[in-house]
Amino acid sequence: MELDAVLLARIQFAFTITFHIIFPSFTIGLAAFIATLLVRWRITRQEHLHRLARFWTKIFAVSFAMGVVSGVVMSYEFGTNWSHFSVVVGNVIAPLIGYEVLTAFFLEATFLGIMLFGWSRVSPNLHVLSAVLVAIGTSLSAFWILAANSWMQTPAGHEIRDGIAYPVDWIAIIFNPTFPYLFAHMFTACYLTTSLVVLAVGARYLVAGRFLEEGSTMLRMGLGMVAILTPLQMYIGDASGINAEKHQPEKIAAVEAHWDGNKPGDLVLFAIPNEEEERNDFEISIPNGASWIITHSADGLFPGLKDFARDDRPPVVPVFFAFRIMVGMGILMLIAGWVGAWLWFRGLLLTTKWYLEIAQYVWPIGFIAILAGWYVTEIGRQPWLAYGILRTADAASPVAPAAVLTTLVLFVLVYTCIFAMGIYYINRLIEYGPKGAAAATPQALPSRPLAVASDAAHEAMKEK
Amino acid sequence: MDPIALWLPIVWAAIIGTAVALYVVLDGFDLGLGILFPFEPSESRRDVMMNSVAPFWDGNETWLVLGGGGLFVAFPLAYSVIMPGLYLPLIIMLLGLVFRGVAFEFRWAAKPKHELWDIAFAGGSIVAAFMQGVVLGGFLQGIEVQNNAFAGGALDWFAPFPLFTGVAMLAGYALLASTWLVMKTEGPMAEQARSWAKWLLIVVLVIMVIISLWTPLAFERIAERWFSWPNILYLSPLPLLTAVVAFLCWYGLRTGREAMPFFSAVGLFLLGFFGLVISNVPYLVPPSITVWEAAAVPESQIFTLVGVLIMLPIILGYTAFVYWTFRGKVREGEGYH
Repeated sequence: MELDAVLLARIQFAFTITFHIIFPSFTIGLAAFIATLLVRWRITRQEHLHRLARFWTKIFAVSFAMGVVSGVVMSYEFGTNWSHFSVVVGNVIAPLIGYEVLTAFFLEATFLGIMLFGWSRVSPNLHVLSAVLVAIGTSLSAFWILAANSWMQTPAGHEIRDGIAYPVDWIAIIFNPTFPYLFAHMFTACYLTTSLVVLAVGARYLVAGRFLEEGSTMLRMGLGMVAILTPLQMYIGDASGINAEKHQPEKIAAVEAHWDGNKPGDLVLFAIPNEEEERNDFEISIPNGASWIITHSADGLFPGLKDFARDDRPPVVPVFFAFRIMVGMGILMLIAGWVGAWLWFRGLLLTTKWYLEIAQYVWPIGFIAILAGWYVTEIGRQPWLAYGILRTADAASPVAPAAVLTTLVLFVLVYTCIFAMGIYYINRLIEYGPKGAAAATPQALPSRPLAVASDAAHEAMKEK
Repeated sequence: MDPIALWLPIVWAAIIGTAVALYVVLDGFDLGLGILFPFEPSESRRDVMMNSVAPFWDGNETWLVLGGGGLFVAFPLAYSVIMPGLYLPLIIMLLGLVFRGVAFEFRWAAKPKHELWDIAFAGGSIVAAFMQGVVLGGFLQGIEVQNNAFAGGALDWFAPFPLFTGVAMLAGYALLASTWLVMKTEGPMAEQARSWAKWLLIVVLVIMVIISLWTPLAFERIAERWFSWPNILYLSPLPLLTAVVAFLCWYGLRTGREAMPFFSAVGLFLLGFFGLVISNVPYLVPPSITVWEAAAVPESQIFTLVGVLIMLPIILGYTAFVYWTFRGKVREGEGYH
């Protein structure tokens, strides 16, 4: 069998970014959560907030390390695997990445040192400030990388000469038509993801009857965010879809599995899109539903897949299913958030056992939704890498397929091992929980924070 | 050539050169700790070694991203040739960095069953350092280019010179790390590090001499750069200065100085780096693409340059602040109970 270098490079990129995106989408929210805990602690002086901040900082350190090492890989893959991409759009995209390094990476990486090891080395206020700076750094990083990605969705502010993109207006490049929607959607998604994890861990402690004070704080903070952000996120998602319809109609046609643009679109709840015969098999749908959502009119027309040449259509099946998975996760979030909020309103939140039992398992929902949503965005942009400018098939590096295959296998082996161990250690940290008096002098000099955790874990084992 | 088109690429080359030099020095000593790991069987001393860089390694590694990212920003053509040209060593280096980066966290979490992460830390550091040397050697030996794209083979780097520079990098980083330990630790650990450093200094000096002879013999452009008149006159202070700095390092190690060996080892690295820059100016992809040919359009270079000029001093400022915060000796048994 002949190896297809482009396909291998795509699989490799998809794999490495899927692994990578899990960690920033968690740490962006977590950094903000820890900073919030510390600021609240400085104001109210409630010691359990400080214990919570220390506890989550340990988990943050493990997640952040995995995000950093997989992120460094990403920053090189543009060149190693997609060198033609860097030639064609490098003038536009690269400065955005450059600003990410300058304004975000150094900030978060450097102040992370103080955040992790500075508990007793610097004044509490400076320590809190470091946590805030790390949170700002992670957010700025999201800002720039999403500016770059949204430009690939809807390039603007540039001109093409001899097949190469040149920048004309940087404001138009950064704030391209997709950017505000993508940024708001992703940012909210990160906060939701972290909130769901916090909510689940809080519920887990309450069910187990451990750390009741910390557990109920986590439950309330996580739940409050989920209850408020989920409907907001649905609104942003809807607006984002309507915006994509204007600029990338083939993506929306694939999302809705809408083939014939001459008819109003049905809201397809389930189907198996048949790309060969250009129709849906086993379709269950609400008549005219998609037209109503996208055009706000039951008879509104929007382009169908048949309006685009086969070569210009994105792969329909993955986009269609990924979108439905994302929406399904959103509905679960809404239920978890609003049922919890109702119980809270009735004063029953901490005592309703069935809710807590279920709530401790909501932690993966946000991650699944983010990955599914990211697949919709990225696969929906195909066959383009930079929409209308460069096709994915034309962007790959002149590297031997065997070399790409070798590294792909290595990535899969290494990442699987690292991921499994990382999850195992994070679970162990959660199992051990936010113990220890906050006021006691913590380690005088840095070990990594897990040093404390591991010793604590040994104690915990002895207890058993 | 108009002055902007002339100077912008030079400024950018200087920025990237600075980032790479800072990376090599800063991540050099923390990668070097991993290289020294197999020679230090004691668990508590291994803990000290890792603790001495724990607050810094992440920031140190960011310079690698700035170096790579800066190349992407300012010289997309060079980026698009070098990255595929050195594909395997680069990816394997990154995987090495993955292992040793997570080892900083996982090793503590796994205790007392942390042997696996000791191996990951040492193995990852050794692989990453060796491959960085291979990348350097592959870059110096030249990358085959046709029509502004990489046109060589996947294993071009598997040649005597890049493999030798790989070994050179291992020795160099180990020297940086051992002098770092002389400065940051005390007692038996520091004594051990001092004796490592003496041997490593000799090895590194021998390697520097070999590379200084090998490169002009193998690459005519480098011989011409150094040995043609009057270059030889202008450039002669560089080897002399290197000899002086090497002596200071040795002297510091012999006389029990704590900081002098480290800073002179850094000096050796910077002089070696400077020498390689002189050998290759003005090529960004030796021996075919110059900084001007590889440059991005001025609009892109200027836009990011503004950010660099504002942010770089701030970055250097808070980096220094963090090093200052965690100044002083790291002691055994400190940092965990």
